[in-house]
Amino acid sequence: MGTDMTGDTVTTEEEANTTPSLGVSEALGDERILQTLGANTFELRGVNVYYGDMLAVRDVSLNIPHNEITAFIGPSGCGKSTLLRSLNRMNDLIPTARVTGDVLYHGVDMYGPKIDPVQVRTVIGMVFQKPNPFPKSIYDNIAFGPRILGMKGDLDEIVESSLHRAALWDEVKDRLKDNAFGMSGGQQQRLCIARAIAVQPDVILMDEPCSALDPVSTGKVEDLMHELKEEYTIVIVTHNMQQAARVSDLTAFFTVAAMDESSSRTGVLVEIDETRSIFSNPKDERTANYVTGKFG
Amino acid sequence: MTTDPGYSSRVAMPPRTRTAVGGAREVTEAMLSTGDRKKRVRGLILYSLLLLGLATALVSIAAMITWAIIAGWPRLSLELFTNVPSVVTPEKAGYRTAILGTLYVIGGVILLIVPLGVGAAVYLEEFANPRNPFNRFVDLNIQNLAGVPSIVFGILGLAFIVRGPLSLGFVAAAGSLTLALLVLPTVILASREAIRAVPSSIRDGSLALGATVWQTVSRQVLPAAFPGVLTGVILAVARAIGEAAPLLLVGAVTFVTFDPQFFEGGYSTLPTMIYSYAKRPQEELQVLAAAGVVIMLVLLILINSVAIYLRNRFERTW
Repeated sequence: MGTDMTGDTVTTEEEANTTPSLGVSEALGDERILQTLGANTFELRGVNVYYGDMLAVRDVSLNIPHNEITAFIGPSGCGKSTLLRSLNRMNDLIPTARVTGDVLYHGVDMYGPKIDPVQVRTVIGMVFQKPNPFPKSIYDNIAFGPRILGMKGDLDEIVESSLHRAALWDEVKDRLKDNAFGMSGGQQQRLCIARAIAVQPDVILMDEPCSALDPVSTGKVEDLMHELKEEYTIVIVTHNMQQAARVSDLTAFFTVAAMDESSSRTGVLVEIDETRSIFSNPKDERTANYVTGKFG
Repeated sequence: MTTDPGYSSRVAMPPRTRTAVGGAREVTEAMLSTGDRKKRVRGLILYSLLLLGLATALVSIAAMITWAIIAGWPRLSLELFTNVPSVVTPEKAGYRTAILGTLYVIGGVILLIVPLGVGAAVYLEEFANPRNPFNRFVDLNIQNLAGVPSIVFGILGLAFIVRGPLSLGFVAAAGSLTLALLVLPTVILASREAIRAVPSSIRDGSLALGATVWQTVSRQVLPAAFPGVLTGVILAVARAIGEAAPLLLVGAVTFVTFDPQFFEGGYSTLPTMIYSYAKRPQEELQVLAAAGVVIMLVLLILINSVAIYLRNRFERTW
């Protein structure tokens, strides 16, 4: 994750131009963002996530760099989705879920007393495993976010540009008023991505976005991710190691480990590195076993 | 097709069945054929019992409608809707004031049950913590309330609405309140069902865009649950229209010959008016009662058809 000075400067200007309308600045303070932009979007320090008394993810520390794609991989139950959902406080919706440690977003503690989870989610969008379009028209699916956030500007324009950026415009421009349920699964998922883009977030979290899609649709979503990383920081959870290898710049490998003092199994971070290194030259033996398919 | 002589022998039927294969076929056939005669008879008996149950329901409904039409035939005309009730000139009496009374009472019921029922359902489904003992108590009691006999609500209405704390007197508003209490559990239960049927992925999608819980409920969950809620309301209204017992206790028994008002003066409704006519000895009034039954049945069938139509029209599989 080398930092390229010129690239960062450009990004900062873009970010400064796009932020005022959406309210990152109000939520988190302009200065703070500008200082840290180009470095890490997220910095996690000693993060634990609990469900009730059960520790689901233990002591995770990692950095998620700006405008890159970071993949979380690992076996089922290793807490990668749980960790992802703690990045935009979706875990708050589960009454028993609790996060300790520091989740810093551009240097701001996301679980600080002044932080409103609703505001957090306007800046950090999410795409889910199963496409979940609203039971409304394609147009209204995209327009919902801008409407509830009271975004200024021409709604038609926002809808069109969001669909363009999600590479969906040409397929749906003649049926914007049709119900989104009539689309194919792959189109629905790209609609959900367009919907997330429409509120101009800073980060897009993707929780196994392609697991319900066929290979062709998966390919389209992956192409899309490559384009989107120009503007957004993307964190993707995936079960598909080829996908992680294809799309991500950084890969974090998680696994399930039994804790010493109890028999409950907890997710832990094994290592995070450039994707190339994870797949060709992993430092940890467990990573090597997993990426080569020997992991049981 | 001269290639591969082995191919046709693999695909085509063998020229004759060898004994061993034939035996295997008999065994298989015996295994798969309907063997046990007793089992078959038992199945038939059960099937005819089910048909009998269905037939009983259909025949009694048909008999009721036929009786009402035959008995009320001499008086079935539009005059029924426009003429005021009377026992002095039974041949000219109608249901005008009772129909107006029903419209007033039911109008009030709808105004009350929609916000209260939907509000309670939204609270219980979206906001209340199901583990909280108080909420569980409320939950259990709503289901029990739906099964309480309607006359009990009549007594409640008499004690608390007509007299007691509210002291509205014997007016249409009191009838509305009483019937609203009676059907409120039905509306709450149907609305909860409809809200629960909206998948949580819709809520997640909305919340992940930065919508508040309230925005999510009002703009995503309720619109998606709307058909189910509407069906529940219509069925509740259908039940309220047909109720007579609780209304007898809260004043709808007056023999009104003038158009009713909502907050003042006596009122009557279709079912209570039918009751008033039916209990009198004159032959003409018996005919009039039967004609009233026809009006009610037609009204109820219409309302229920609308409910069924809406349910089928908007029903969504997720």
